Amino acid sequence: MSELLRIEDLKVNYGGIEAVKGISFSVEEGQIVTLIGSNGAGKSTTLRTISGLVKPKSGKITFAGEDITGMDPTNVVHHGITMSPEGRRIFPDMTVKENLIMGAYLRKDDLSDDFEYVYSLFPRLKEREWQAGGTLSGGEQQMLAVARALMAKPKLMMMDEPSLGLAPLVVKGIFDIIRQINAQGVTILLVEQNANMALQVAHSAYVLETGSITMTGTGAELLADERIKEAYLGKHHSD
Amino acid sequence: MASFLQANLPYILAGISVGGQYALIAIGYTMVYGILRLINFAHGDVFMVAGLVMVYASASLPMYISIPLVLIVTMALGFVIERVAYKPLRTAPRMSLMISAIGVSYLLQNCALYFTGGLAQVYPSIPWLSNTVTIWGATTKMVTIVTPILTIVLVIALVTFIQKTKMGMAMRAVSKDFETSQLMGIRINAVISTTFVIGCLLAAIGSLLYFTNYPSVIPTSGSMPGLKAFVAAVFGGIGSIPGAVIGAFVIGICENIIKSMGSNWTVFSDAFTFVLLIVVLLVKPTGIFGEKATDKV
Repeated sequence: MSELLRIEDLKVNYGGIEAVKGISFSVEEGQIVTLIGSNGAGKSTTLRTISGLVKPKSGKITFAGEDITGMDPTNVVHHGITMSPEGRRIFPDMTVKENLIMGAYLRKDDLSDDFEYVYSLFPRLKEREWQAGGTLSGGEQQMLAVARALMAKPKLMMMDEPSLGLAPLVVKGIFDIIRQINAQGVTILLVEQNANMALQVAHSAYVLETGSITMTGTGAELLADERIKEAYLGKHHSD
Repeated sequence: MASFLQANLPYILAGISVGGQYALIAIGYTMVYGILRLINFAHGDVFMVAGLVMVYASASLPMYISIPLVLIVTMALGFVIERVAYKPLRTAPRMSLMISAIGVSYLLQNCALYFTGGLAQVYPSIPWLSNTVTIWGATTKMVTIVTPILTIVLVIALVTFIQKTKMGMAMRAVSKDFETSQLMGIRINAVISTTFVIGCLLAAIGSLLYFTNYPSVIPTSGSMPGLKAFVAAVFGGIGSIPGAVIGAFVIGICENIIKSMGSNWTVFSDAFTFVLLIVVLLVKPTGIFGEKATDKV
């Protein structure tokens, strides 16, 4: 297994504060890696910096051996990194199909196999192909956001809070799909507040607290850790 | 009946024609608003510059070169204005962008004043367009007939472009969400430039048609048609292309009906447009086809 993404001493100022204070981590090819942490810990800022939407203050981002620090978002997509953003952010007035076409914006080749692939993952989207994205339910919008991020044939797909605002059963469905997509060879960097779900699927995990990484381990290790249980899994009452 | 047509048809035809010309300008306002949420106050002046370019080009060049040259220069002007005056303000508050637009408007007017020396420049008569024709007993210029047809053809082409092509889809995506569009790999600056260039192309075509009906171009020639096209865009629901076109035809036709009512009323034809603006803003600020400003999270 080789290293796909490497973050070294990344510092990012965002909204006037130092949101990310020198974090380092890496993502192995073919894995699901998760960053967990509470609101405002710097998880989203980290993803936004990797995607090129935010420029880092210092530090280095290496993807597949190439320095992509501070690269513009178009080039980042071109290198094979896509993102399903927080809050899904589908284009509400465009149809499901048009949303998917936008996901493949930089591709010039035939997309029919890719439509078939994402529709096989999410048959519901096939049924709603000609419906405006804004008319979909929250869960369907999340499916669309994931499908759209897959259309560029990414090597690395980043997902920001896919479980946000969704019913538990829907969340479970989304995480099953995340496993499936990963099994097809797509590396996944997952940011979640729902630490329980994220740690269950993750090969390795990092805990982010106020801009710094405080713990790291495999998903199973962190899931069993007392401090994690206390802080993120809410087990201290039930146990 | 025949005499009624003979008396009123010229006004109605003129109204439809002027409406088409306003429509071509109004599309530029509405498209730029749709993507940048900017009222591009300089748009009317771009229209005027297109008129002046035609005056100067046709003085030394044949028509078949002058006309394409006007279109190209106007598109280039739109591109440059966007890059110099609006792009650096991408993350600035919208008010700064609007003030920059007002600045560009005055800059263009004053450059025009400098180049023309303040003298009205005689607009050339474009062959064929300036020819007179008689339909149903009404005598009018060819441009009156050509304008509405050309406008409709261009609008259909534009709407098809926006609905069916990847660039058109990208325009719709960018107009909704800059950030997510970037995550798709869309270069938003290229899309915004394209929007300006298309808007300016249509304004240039509009200017060829509009000034054919007028003897000359002065530095403020763009102000009134620009304002009326802006009202048309607001009336139709700013951001909506069909809305802007319908608004422009309504304004053009109403203005000319008022003119047909006799010399006591003619003076109110401009006032009508602005009364319409006030009424729309009071009664239905989103216009006919305007979307409600809803923020869905």
